[in-house]
Amino acid sequence: MDMYDNRTTFAADDDGVVVVIGSGAGGGTLANELAQKGVDVVLLEAGGLHTTDEFIADEWPSFSQLAWTDTRTTTGDWRVARDFPNLPAWICKAVGGTTVHWAGASLRIEPHEFRARSTYGDLAGATLRDWPLSADDLASYYDTAEKKLNVTRTNGLPGLPANNNFKVMHAGATRLGYETCHTGRMAINSVNKDGRNHCMQRGFCFQGCRYAAKWSTLYTEIPAALQTGRVELRTRVHVARIEHDDNDRVTGVVYFDADGRERRQAARVAAVAGNSIETPRLLLNSESSRFPNGLANGSDQVGRNYMRHTTGTVWGVFDKPVEMYKGTTMAGIVQDEARHDPKRGFVGGYEMETISLGLPFMAAFFNPGGWGRGFTEAMEQYRHMAGMWLVGEDMPQADNRVTLSSEARDAFGLPVANVHYTDHANDVAMREHAYTRGAAIYEAAGATRTYRTPPYPSTHNLGTCRMSERAADGVCNGHGQSHELANLFISDGSQFTTSAAENPTLTIVTLAIRQADYIAERMRARAI
Amino acid sequence: MSDHAVSRRAFLRAGGAVLTGTLASTSGVLALIAPSTSWALELEALDAHQAATVLQFTRHVFPHDRLDDAVYALVVKDLDAGAAEDPTTRRMLTDAVRRLDEASGGEWLSRSAAEQFVQVQAMEATPFFAKVHSTAVVSLYDNDMAFAHFGYPGRKGDPGYIHRGFNDLHWLPDPPDGASGPVPETA
Repeated sequence: MDMYDNRTTFAADDDGVVVVIGSGAGGGTLANELAQKGVDVVLLEAGGLHTTDEFIADEWPSFSQLAWTDTRTTTGDWRVARDFPNLPAWICKAVGGTTVHWAGASLRIEPHEFRARSTYGDLAGATLRDWPLSADDLASYYDTAEKKLNVTRTNGLPGLPANNNFKVMHAGATRLGYETCHTGRMAINSVNKDGRNHCMQRGFCFQGCRYAAKWSTLYTEIPAALQTGRVELRTRVHVARIEHDDNDRVTGVVYFDADGRERRQAARVAAVAGNSIETPRLLLNSESSRFPNGLANGSDQVGRNYMRHTTGTVWGVFDKPVEMYKGTTMAGIVQDEARHDPKRGFVGGYEMETISLGLPFMAAFFNPGGWGRGFTEAMEQYRHMAGMWLVGEDMPQADNRVTLSSEARDAFGLPVANVHYTDHANDVAMREHAYTRGAAIYEAAGATRTYRTPPYPSTHNLGTCRMSERAADGVCNGHGQSHELANLFISDGSQFTTSAAENPTLTIVTLAIRQADYIAERMRARAI
Repeated sequence: MSDHAVSRRAFLRAGGAVLTGTLASTSGVLALIAPSTSWALELEALDAHQAATVLQFTRHVFPHDRLDDAVYALVVKDLDAGAAEDPTTRRMLTDAVRRLDEASGGEWLSRSAAEQFVQVQAMEATPFFAKVHSTAVVSLYDNDMAFAHFGYPGRKGDPGYIHRGFNDLHWLPDPPDGASGPVPETA
């Protein structure tokens, strides 16, 4: 029996199952954790199954294979809306979701970041709140998640070996006096473990890890879940709406199957993990007479507070070759600027992480719309470039939001998501600081020239169904449970109350593990 | 573009919808991977003059003086295929070539590089420019000849660089053990 074969199937009217929508970091993990506790799960995935042997070491064909390219629209003053108006996000539509594409950086959110409103104060225009949970509440779950992901530099696992791109970062950062600079905490095997190979330094992390060295639900959680015989995976199904009864309980999920036929799966619990664009879209498209503004949206917070991290990329050009494409994409990190230090002119902090792009994507993303000598002179330096990605906390804002397009419809006639984003002044100040410090690192390492690249379409999409202590401030509680429908859960990065500086996947996994405990306990107690 | 005028050897086969050229250098990396030193692009929608004009226009948008016309021809190939599929695209391309020639009082291609560039700049806001740009930014940089020119191995990296130089930079000090990690021992 193939590792992806269903060992069980559930009837459409089986109302004892938990329906999990999305098989990425949140949904894939939740499905497996529930199954390990004996809970029956129907796992719905919009994308198809692409196994490691199908991955393509070629950026554009891989993008066509894995990325979510269904139409979305954009508004706001972010450059993505101009350069990539129908591609606000660089995320996956595939079994495993964006864990197929992610780079693997696995950092815990810092304690003070969970208390963002208390720590940063009241910033004009920002809708900062404290999370309804603390770092202490998550500590043991973070431990579990780090073990699950084989995060390097935890649990006695060695760091990954330095590649060329990181050597440049480390030399410059050290000369500037930065102290916390190493090859990162990565969910990439630094040794053979759990039947998965160690990293072979391919450099195609974004295109799917051929060796399965990088953790992805595709070849960890999902096969493990199927192995229990308690999970049925249905691929290429697009969820249209979630239905409920007069007691505000979810009763089922309506979706279009691979042949475009409308189906309905009854549900005891529904957990939504479609990434922070599709998740609010689904709730908004599930409006009803009891929830005229969208399911679980009495607070009018569904879709609001969309965050994408304050990002940017710095490239350094050197006399001698770097060949940054060789080896792990995120090969190392500088963490000194991740602290909260308002003297720098902004609240919150940012990480500096190496990045590399292949030649095709360098052309596409280096300076979208750019042309002429300025553009080609940079491209000519490709082999001599080092690259770093800047990723920091961005401010939640009520009007940065996912809404339903008034005009655009998908293949099933459903309104598509419009993503609106405009930088907060804090974001602008942080990005400028980060660009300057990133360039300084490369200059300290001997760069003859540095370049800035604007933010890419977002891979870190957060906050559109956020956790809140008070129902009026958000969509779900600290367990991701809807404030309004007790058997509806948010299970992806949409839950994040604030973005924090760190790459979000480890926290999404951590919250999913914790949520599985909670759902199983509530089911046992017959509370849901 | 001055040295480009010297290097470009493309010529037009009169009366035939074919764009041909010869590699400017027989000693470069391109010559090593190209099956032949001469190349020919059979056109579906554009005539040879239109194709040559679009190729030269693309050279102005993304000027890599030592990148052979054979690579730029891949952009023309994609634009030509688009024109064959879509009458609107075909009209856009043919109209733009005619406008370039009209504005040059003859063949735009026969003008100096500096004079050509004035016309390119003047067209920056047109759908034609956007079409050439958006096609070229993909086609020009997503092929084995471009990979060879810019020094990107592409799919050759698929097995991994762990034994093939992922850490072979030696003009900077190596990070200490605490900042790095051991290279795994493989069988």
